[in-house]
Order: sequence, then C-alpha cells, then structure tokens
Amino acid sequence: MTARMDKKFADLASEGRPALVTYIMGGDPDFETSLAIMKALPSAGSDIIELGMPFSDPMADGPAIQMAGQRALKAGQTLGKTLELARRFRQDDPDTPIVLMGYYNPIYIYGVDRFLKDAVDVGLDGLIVVDLPPEMDDELCLPALEAGISFIRLATPTTDDRRLPKVLENTSGFVYYVSMNGITGSALPDPSLVGAAVRRIKSHTSLPVCVGFGVKTEEHARAIGAAADGVVVGTAIVNQIASSLTAEGHATEATVPGVAALVRGLSAGTKAARLAAAE
Amino acid sequence: MNETPKLNSFRSGPDEDGRFGIFGGRFVAETLMPLILDLQAEWDNAKTDPTFKAEMDTLGKHYIGRPSPLYFAERLTEHLGGAKIYFKREELNHTGSHKINNCIGQILLAKRMGKTRIIAETGAGQHGVATATVCARFGLPCVVYMGATDVARQSPNVFRMKLLGAEVKPVTAGNGTLKDAMNEAMRDWVTNVDSTYYLIGTAAGMHPYPEMVRDFQSVIGIEARAQMLEAEGRLPDLVIAAVGGGSNAIGIFHPFLDDESVKIVGVEAGGKGLEGDEHCASITAGAPGVLHGNRTYLLQDGDGQIKEGHSISAGLDYPGIGPEHAWLANVGRVEYVPIKDDEALEAFQLLTRLEGIIPALEPSHALAEIIKRAPKMGKDEIILMNLSGRGDKDIFTVGKILGMGQAGE
Ligand SMILES: Cc1ncc(COP(=O)(O)O)c(C=O)c1O
Repeated sequence: MTARMDKKFADLASEGRPALVTYIMGGDPDFETSLAIMKALPSAGSDIIELGMPFSDPMADGPAIQMAGQRALKAGQTLGKTLELARRFRQDDPDTPIVLMGYYNPIYIYGVDRFLKDAVDVGLDGLIVVDLPPEMDDELCLPALEAGISFIRLATPTTDDRRLPKVLENTSGFVYYVSMNGITGSALPDPSLVGAAVRRIKSHTSLPVCVGFGVKTEEHARAIGAAADGVVVGTAIVNQIASSLTAEGHATEATVPGVAALVRGLSAGTKAARLAAAE
Repeated sequence: MNETPKLNSFRSGPDEDGRFGIFGGRFVAETLMPLILDLQAEWDNAKTDPTFKAEMDTLGKHYIGRPSPLYFAERLTEHLGGAKIYFKREELNHTGSHKINNCIGQILLAKRMGKTRIIAETGAGQHGVATATVCARFGLPCVVYMGATDVARQSPNVFRMKLLGAEVKPVTAGNGTLKDAMNEAMRDWVTNVDSTYYLIGTAAGMHPYPEMVRDFQSVIGIEARAQMLEAEGRLPDLVIAAVGGGSNAIGIFHPFLDDESVKIVGVEAGGKGLEGDEHCASITAGAPGVLHGNRTYLLQDGDGQIKEGHSISAGLDYPGIGPEHAWLANVGRVEYVPIKDDEALEAFQLLTRLEGIIPALEPSHALAEIIKRAPKMGKDEIILMNLSGRGDKDIFTVGKILGMGQAGE
C-alpha cells in the first residue's frame, strides 16, 4: 500500500476518530466541475477520496450513481480523463489518498499494464473494482500490488467466516465493508449489526475496516463511525450534486458549495463518533 | 517437449475456473460469489445424480414434449435447389421455443437449493414466458425484467407472462433491451441473494451458467444427431443456428463439435448493416471485454463502454455472446456470420409460405443464411438448422413492417 494511505490511517488512529471517505463520480457533471468538487473535499473534512470511473453498465449501483455515470459519460468522460482528474488534484494536494472505484472493462480495454503505470504516475493510492472477486486476482489485483497500488476489497454480509480469509488474502489499504447485500443507494443498516460485522472482520485482519452503503447524514456518519475505522458516503453526495444541476444537467453556482456543506456536516459526524465510541 | 499441445476435443471446456481459453470466468461482485460457488456445488452434484436426470427426462417427455421432431423441409429444399434442409423443431416445444429446456433444468436446481423466489431477464420474452411457466408449474413467485422497448415489441409475450402469474418489470435504462434487463436482474439478485435464484436464459454470464445452460440445451443436438443418423444414415454437412447469447446454438452445436466432417455456422444479428452501430454482431464486429460476469466478445467503444446495438429480433438484441462461442470463433471451429434485418424478414416470409411454419425472427436469421448457402451446395449434401422458436410473438412486428395494418382491418 502507498505511504500516503498508511500515514492517513496512522494519523486518524492518533486522533482517535474514523475516516470520512467520500465518493464522487469522475466527470460528473463535467470534467472541470468534478475537479473543483474534488479539490473542495479535503478542506470540507474528507479524509480519503473515492473517485468513480463511469461505466455504461454499472450492475452494482443504484439509480443515483447510475445517473451520475450517465451524466459523466455524456459530458465526454473517459478512463483517461479520470486519471487526468487525479493528476490535476494531486498537483495541489500531496496528502489525500485517492482510490479509483468502478468496473473492470474500461481498465481491461485501456490495458492493465498501461493503466497501472499511469495510475502510479498520477499519484493514485488504491483501486476498488467491483467485478473482480479474489477468484480473478490474476487479472488486476496482483499486478496492482506489484505496482504499489492497494487493492481494496469489498466484504459483504454474504462473506462468511469460511470465505473471509480468501477475500482478505490480497486486500490492502483498507477493507470496505458493504453493510448490506444490494446496490449502492440502499437504506441505512442497523448500526449494532454493523458493529458486530466489523468486529468479525477485524478478528481476521489488522487492516482498517471502512463501512459504506446507506450513510446519508451527519447522524448516520456518527453512528456508523463509532463502530468502524471509516465511513464511506457516496449516494448522498452524488444526489447533492444532482439536485444542484440545471434541468439539462449542467453545473450551477450551488454545485460545489452544496457538496462542501454536506461533507462538512458528515465530517462533524465522524469527528463526533470518537466521543460516541468513548461513551 | 516443445510440441504444441494437440487439442483432441472441442468439448472439454470450461476449466474449473469457468474459462474457455481466455473467455468466460467469474467477474462478479463479492456479494454474489458465495452464491455462485453454492450453485456450482449443487450443479456438480445434480449432474451425476440419477434422480435429477430422471426428473429431467420425465418432464422433458411429458411437459415439454421431447423429443422434438426432425423435419425434412421438402418444399424449401426444392425451392432453393441445393442441399437437403432439415429443421430441428424446437418451436414445437411447450411455450414455443428451446428456452424451456433450460428453465426446467434450472428450476429443479433452484428447488434443490431451497430458493423461494425466481428472477429472470428476457429479450424476446420467450425466456420470460418459459420461466413464468416453470414457476407456475413449481409454485414459485417470479419476477421478469424486460427492457421497455422489448415490452412494446413483444407484447403478446408480456401478456402471457402476466397470465402465468409473473411480475413483469419494464427497464427503461439504456435502449431498454436485453442488456439493460440483465443489469437490472443482477441488481435484484445482489439485493435478495438469500431467497432468490437468478434463472439466466442464455449460455452467457458468470461460470457456471454458460456450462450449465449449454448442458441443458445439448439435448437438442444429442437428439438431432441420432435422428439424423436414423433418417439419412449419416451426419449433416452443415449445422446452423442463430446466436443471441448463444443457448440454442450451443445446444445444437456441442454434440457435433468433434465431428470433423460437420461444418458449423452461427448467425449473428447484422441489424441494419455492420457499417454503423445498428447491429448486434459481437463476434464479427466486437472485441474481447468483460460484462455480465464473463469475458467475451462485446460491442464497445475505445473506452470500454458497452454499446447498445440493434436487431429487429429482440432475442438477438444483445451486445455480447456466450463465452464458449467466443472461444469456438477464436479457435476456428465455428464460423460466425451476420444476417441483416431485411434478410431475416424475407426468410421469415419464405418459410411461412413454403412450409406453413411461422418461425420466430431469431431463427429466421439462420434461415436467411441457408437461403444463401443451400443453392451452392450439392443435392446430396445435408443442412441441419435449429428452428429455435415459433413466430407468434413476432406477427405484430412483422405485420407492421409489411404494412398489413391491424388484424381485422
Ligand atoms: C426463438 C429464439 N431463438 C433464439 C433466441 C436467442 O437466444 P439464444 O442465443 O440464447 O438461443 C431467442 C431469445 O429470446 C429466442 O426466443
């Protein structure tokens, strides 16, 4: 894993609070606005950025992220441009880890070797590729680890104790616990169940465990954050972007500030989670 | 030790990871992995279980109506003036197509796995109807995802599914065709993994579906091979079928793959021609990529985004193809060719008038290729075609294109 990701989790541990991991779709609603949103995230309180790579057929995503991907593709986003977003962001921000998230086909077509070389060059830290389970590690996971890029795996409620070791085997950076079976944008799960699941995963690994799916508000972030090493928020941010756009889907003056305000609230939630956990 | 390993059979795939050469595999979300491994185990178990085979055979005979006849199309043969043309009449099966062969097999597996809810995707609606049918027969609730475009152009089948008690959910994403229906079915599946069995309708998707569906459909080729030996005392010279995802084609091809004398041709949807984007010829005009759980030939752009494609036939309107076909194309055992919408329409009309058989638009594509080839072949040569479905579902689409107006007008 990259030094940047290591340092981030070490710093968070010394602060005694969970990470706020924020997801945006690269190129939504257009390249420049997306870059401006990305740049606004760290100062609003985001610790790690998940940058979505749009795909025509996002089989694991709900309507909000599907539509964000469609907006980005319509505005001309490509995998090359998503890497360019990361590069431009990295020019001013040497510290915030960036994790690319999406589906395998665009990477496969870009070429795995070329992709990893460019990913290292632009300063990426990790990858989440939804349709590459451990059975497919030869495709991208092992080459990515070789190149020094974390491969962050999803664990789900269906990942039982028998399967967890296999899922964790080549995982690095952090473990992303998807707190319910389903697609992105689902309802918030019961925090006490989440806590038990996180403890179960932690009994198999020393990696940080971040939890996502369903977190929308400051209060959710606090509740889930008290039970995990990090909280991932995606659909709520993507919805915030969508609600700020014109009828034709173009950015407005409210787009970037709207996201920043939402993230500040979520960040207050994760910061308060430390207190909640200590109670 | 430097010899290239000799391929002594085309019928040994896939390997244990579900690969046919570089194609196939299990490219799915982690949520689904445990379930797919369970399905694999159940399938491995069922394959060698005599009770399972007995159940399949009984239902095949008394419910589906197997074996389906092998029919010598005498007037069509005369008309084309070349090779003798035989049809394997899968359109006479219960529900009107080959799709039921696979549905019976999978619903028995779903039962064995203790699943209580069935979901499916459908294009032409034939698979949706077959799924709704077996769900009625086995008393399981059924949800069918169908692209909104297909709901409109295959309305008779939508009505049938509803009568059978299935819930039909129209999908408006993308072009509203088969690919979009499959995305939505997969979203349902990850959300309801515990209770739900995904009954995939073609020999595509993640391992073990391509292998499993092929084995359920191979009954077509096994019967046809024996029937042909009985009728003609020899194997056909050419076996031909239309390819959407590829289930009816692999079903009739597979038992002939190691018969060197038999030429095999798969017919893809050429839509409005291969020059633009309005076709579904994934092998002829696509490139290898990863979608819906497997690596295969896909219609896609330079950024790896999947294109929508087009075909007059809803059942062929899919920008991918089963992984075994991708491999068979690569190793050169099967030749894949495109047939355009208008050629398929002509073939549809010809068969209807000459033989009194209204074919579905899908096998009409295979028929159009026969119209091109048969006249150039000798009268002593034999063609075997999989007549995979009947055209009742297509009469409104065809009638509209031919300007026949509404029935009764
Ligand atoms: C009659 C018929 N033939 C062929 C197909 C194409 O599917 P496959 O390639 O899986 O046989 C369909 C699909 O709906 C169909 O209804």
